Amino acid sequence: MQKTVNQKAWFLVLPVLVLVAFSAVIPLMTVVNYSVQDTFGNNQFFWNGIGWFKDLLDSERMWDALRRQFVFSAIILAIEIPLGVFVALNMPKKGVWVSVCLVLMSLPLLIPWNVVGTIWQIFGRVDIGLLGYTLDKLGISYNYTQDFFAAWATLIVMDVWHWTSLVALLAYAGLQSIPDAYYQAAKIDQASRWKVFRYIELPKMAGVLMIAILLRFMDSFMIYTEPFVVTGGGPGNATTFLSIDLVKMALGQFDLGPAAAFSIMYFLVILLISWVFYTVMTNLDKRDGPR
Amino acid sequence: MDWMAWTLPTAIFFMVIAALLVTFTVLAIKFPETPRKGILRIETTRGDRLFITLLGSAFINLIWLGLEVGPQPYALLACLVYAAAVFRWV
Repeated sequence: MQKTVNQKAWFLVLPVLVLVAFSAVIPLMTVVNYSVQDTFGNNQFFWNGIGWFKDLLDSERMWDALRRQFVFSAIILAIEIPLGVFVALNMPKKGVWVSVCLVLMSLPLLIPWNVVGTIWQIFGRVDIGLLGYTLDKLGISYNYTQDFFAAWATLIVMDVWHWTSLVALLAYAGLQSIPDAYYQAAKIDQASRWKVFRYIELPKMAGVLMIAILLRFMDSFMIYTEPFVVTGGGPGNATTFLSIDLVKMALGQFDLGPAAAFSIMYFLVILLISWVFYTVMTNLDKRDGPR
Repeated sequence: MDWMAWTLPTAIFFMVIAALLVTFTVLAIKFPETPRKGILRIETTRGDRLFITLLGSAFINLIWLGLEVGPQPYALLACLVYAAAVFRWV
């Protein structure tokens, strides 16, 4: 039978295209449009060229926020990835405890961001919070609203509390996909525990771990709600990350132009790093695959 | 469209990007290619190289502006050189 070629089905995709254009592409274009203009309200705009970008690149405030953001993401990745892998390695492989562990692990992932923020905001308070009260009674000075170190420690521990299980669950899924034969072969060769991890488990987990790193990097790089609820960016500007600074600029001060230029830079940084991660990830897959 | 405060330069910017995307889509359909490996040791197609060019050009413009290398339009020349290098070697 003659196969007919009919490409009309492509028109069925059209509604999605329109929807995406309306909800994502055009708003993004608006940001670019605002970044080259200035407004004093009343929807009156004035051409400003590359002025906002110039201001942005000269602004200490932006560079500080960017630096803080990178430090934060680096710290939480350095803690969550190894910890998540460690947890996954120690989770039971079969039996009733598997389900118990999985449910317990996924609990923090189900809690909305602002609720996590509120939990830790109260948990850390010296007057009524369990953590703050205990530390205070132990004689450890801890006040996340005034102390730089306490504020950072609270945010980092909170993020680890909230998201390590995501890494653990992904790593666990990677581990579960390793056939028993590999472990048996390792046993016959009398491989040490470390060698089993290094040459069997780690390579097999590499794919999902890259996804975990990518997800955790992007999420932590765009973090807003939790630090906003817990510290509000303080003390001073100590925990003012990029998105907190951006919202202050765009909504607090209604500086649409500078905020738009800021957003574009933010977007470019995220795009670049995500592209690097993605490229490394797909090339790792190809290298490991059949040749 | 007045209420959205569109300007001619933004319109030109997006039209160039749209034209590039359309051109490369048509090219990809008319002349399919196999990915190749360049100096970055990653497999790239024409579209990948366009993406690397556009993203890199954005950063070239920002660096040009931040370091006050010269008048901004000249940054586009640097971008063209960069684009040629990407399409030749990456």
